[in-house]
Amino acid sequence: MTGNDNALLAVEGLSKAYPGVVANDHVSFSIAPGEIHALLGENGAGKSTLVKMIYGLVQPDSGSMRWQGSPYEPATPHAARAAGIAMVFQHFSLFEALNVAENVALGMEDPPPMRQLSTRIREVSEEYGLPLDPDRLVGDLSAGERQRVEIIRCLLQDPKLLIMDEPTSVLTPQEVEILFQTLRQLSTEGTAILYISHKLEEIRSLCDRATILRLGKVVGRCDPHQSTARELAEMMVGQSLQTPTRKRAEFGEVVIELADLSVPSANPFGTSLKNISFSVRAGEVLGIGGVAGNGQDELLAALSGEVSGPAEAIRLNGEPIGRLGPNERRLRGLLSAPEERLGHAAAPDMTLTENAALTGMVREELARNGFIDWRRARAFAQRIISAFDVRTPGPDNAARSLSGGNLQKFVIGREVLQRPVALVVNQPTWGVDASAAAAIRQALLDLAAEGTAVICISQDLDELMEISDRFAALNEGRLSTPRPAHELSVEEIGLMMGGAHGMEVAHAHG
Amino acid sequence: MIRLERRPEPSRLWAAASPVLAVILTMIAGGVLFAFLGKDPFEAIRTIFWDPLFNEQFASYSRPQLLVKAGPLILIAIGLSLGFRAGIWNIGAEGQYIIGAVAGGAVGLAFYPSESSMIFPLMVIVGALGGWAWAMIPAILRTRFNTNEILVSLLLVYVAEQILASMALGLLRNPDGGGFPGSRNFQQYSAASNPELIAGTGVHWGVVTAFIAVIFAYVLLNRHLLGFQIRLTGQSPKAARFAGVRPNRLIVFCLGTSGVLAGLAGLFEVTGPAGQISIDFNSGYGFTAIIVAFLGRLHPVGILLAGLLMALTYIGGELAQFMLGLPAAAIQLVQGMLLFFLLAVDVLSNFRVRFGKAEVV
Repeated sequence: MTGNDNALLAVEGLSKAYPGVVANDHVSFSIAPGEIHALLGENGAGKSTLVKMIYGLVQPDSGSMRWQGSPYEPATPHAARAAGIAMVFQHFSLFEALNVAENVALGMEDPPPMRQLSTRIREVSEEYGLPLDPDRLVGDLSAGERQRVEIIRCLLQDPKLLIMDEPTSVLTPQEVEILFQTLRQLSTEGTAILYISHKLEEIRSLCDRATILRLGKVVGRCDPHQSTARELAEMMVGQSLQTPTRKRAEFGEVVIELADLSVPSANPFGTSLKNISFSVRAGEVLGIGGVAGNGQDELLAALSGEVSGPAEAIRLNGEPIGRLGPNERRLRGLLSAPEERLGHAAAPDMTLTENAALTGMVREELARNGFIDWRRARAFAQRIISAFDVRTPGPDNAARSLSGGNLQKFVIGREVLQRPVALVVNQPTWGVDASAAAAIRQALLDLAAEGTAVICISQDLDELMEISDRFAALNEGRLSTPRPAHELSVEEIGLMMGGAHGMEVAHAHG
Repeated sequence: MIRLERRPEPSRLWAAASPVLAVILTMIAGGVLFAFLGKDPFEAIRTIFWDPLFNEQFASYSRPQLLVKAGPLILIAIGLSLGFRAGIWNIGAEGQYIIGAVAGGAVGLAFYPSESSMIFPLMVIVGALGGWAWAMIPAILRTRFNTNEILVSLLLVYVAEQILASMALGLLRNPDGGGFPGSRNFQQYSAASNPELIAGTGVHWGVVTAFIAVIFAYVLLNRHLLGFQIRLTGQSPKAARFAGVRPNRLIVFCLGTSGVLAGLAGLFEVTGPAGQISIDFNSGYGFTAIIVAFLGRLHPVGILLAGLLMALTYIGGELAQFMLGLPAAAIQLVQGMLLFFLLAVDVLSNFRVRFGKAEVV
């Protein structure tokens, strides 16, 4: 080690600007060997840009980095890997039709022969308590197992620094625990870990130091063991947080009822829905959790009417509606908001007026004899914009010009203002800043208080615990029996989500 | 360094200006091409783009030709643009155009020499149905068996050409024609002809229909639910499904409408300017209309202007061929360049050009 510190990686004054936004503004921090360092911040705080610069994917506009004391300017990820930096991305880059070993080989600079590689994969996976069969097809693996493929691919390169971008968003609580044990083991062996997340409890239990980013700047450094989650959150958001409140009301009659709904998947790696049954009463919020890819999108499509099934499988106020299309369901009061904002819930290049008409056509009576009344549509868009505080110059702007949080408020507001009898939302606050997320949750609770049956599909357990009356989990296309949310522990929720997918004993020997 | 930067909103200014820029660039590149061929570039460009309309000697003949040529192009392009907007690619308008002409023409010939005033309307209806039926083949194959409508519609053009040849040489051949190929001349059969309506303008029923189609398409796309669904499907098929659009119905509607309009164009052409069902009466309008549709940015008013411009290059091109001895291939090259430049400058409506590196704010 040279110089005045013994940092493995020191980042000094890194800046990176994109058109219209400064992603990083003179960011500095350092990581020591074997340290687990948290990079904490909301969506859009600049965490991803920062690690992309460290990993050589993005070139900084100014500032410098030092790696083991020497200047470090990676031009490509190849250079970063050569230096000993590995990264596990939030979105996996795996080929579903290839097996584990083949996928690992594709990501290596200089892969050994297949048989040797399979043996190495077995060794490393046992050493770190990440059981993985090299011969299995990636398409058949759960999200947690796919993440293991990515981690093992990194570990085979013997990294000195492992970057993990939001690794737990696809894991059950049990799988998170296994991952943490692996990361701690790596840390004691001297591998530094840069851990990116906005989940506070995880950071408090795992990390040694934390650097907090807001709007591209470092706004705080702390020892997460010594801080409360609330302190961390307020540093991250920059204001005190409002917790959504609800007026507790009596539930009414059953509004929406699913009986033994099964929908085969349209593509070979999709999830088929199997025998889903539940009912939601007026004024009730049913939270549906689960790891991504366990049938959430399919369930939303089956409820919105994009996919139809047997008529009797879905009943709205007693009427069988399983065979009806989206607009016929809207007419009867069943509204929905899918997860993907751009391209599913909204058309990116169309104006907000046109996007308001996209689902509002029937219930807001925006068309007469097949001719659209654009004045009414514009007025409806304007109502959404003002009621939900959507930041945009006006309804004539294209949907894609809005930030993620603002567009999400528009998409949710569009359905809420149509006074649904039952509302289904999928990932209502995904990628949304904390204040917009709070506003959206409050809107859902207010809607329930007025007697709407709300179904909230989400991968954010904190969100579900905050707003749900009852909770159920999707696991491989099956839905667990809904249970009152307040009497559930995190362990029970994790088991409902599929536990550790049969991997509970992973660390038993270690 | 030159970089392209995505605009947050598509630029309306550039959307309107890019066709004009494309025409100017075509003139420049075309001029260079003509110079290489040893012709005076300025004279060649003037002959193609100016003389047909304003030269004292030629204009009286060329001006009516403008509408005669633009009419079918606009009519077909309007139909195609509906599908193109929705991401439904009918490349076989030429085939629908031929079948419309043959079917409608055959009905007229069957009644020869009746003078009933019902004949021409009946021919129009059958012509439209003929184009529609030919377009239904790719539509049904697509909706039932998920075949690619681009390939099916294109290949059906060659089938239609064979049918045309067989009809012109066999079943529909003029019995009094002394054995020459081709049907009776509709211009000499007044109950079945499509004459010039206002002398000296070139306006016939096909041109009138083209103008009606422009208005119809404009209203459909801007005010009607179906037009909204067409635009939505083209931009984002998943959002369209979510909005309750039934993709198969839209495919049938778009292919059907473009088939009807192409069939009508064929019928009006064969009963009017072409005069008879001959083996080669179709002058590639169905394919050129694809260029017209894109040149007009798939917008009804744009297609109207683009159809006139394309007709101008046809007429001017012919003029340049016999006045300056330019090869026909050079004229086709100019038409191709027009589409090429349009697609190239099209980038500017969604992106802006930046020079140098991004600055740190």
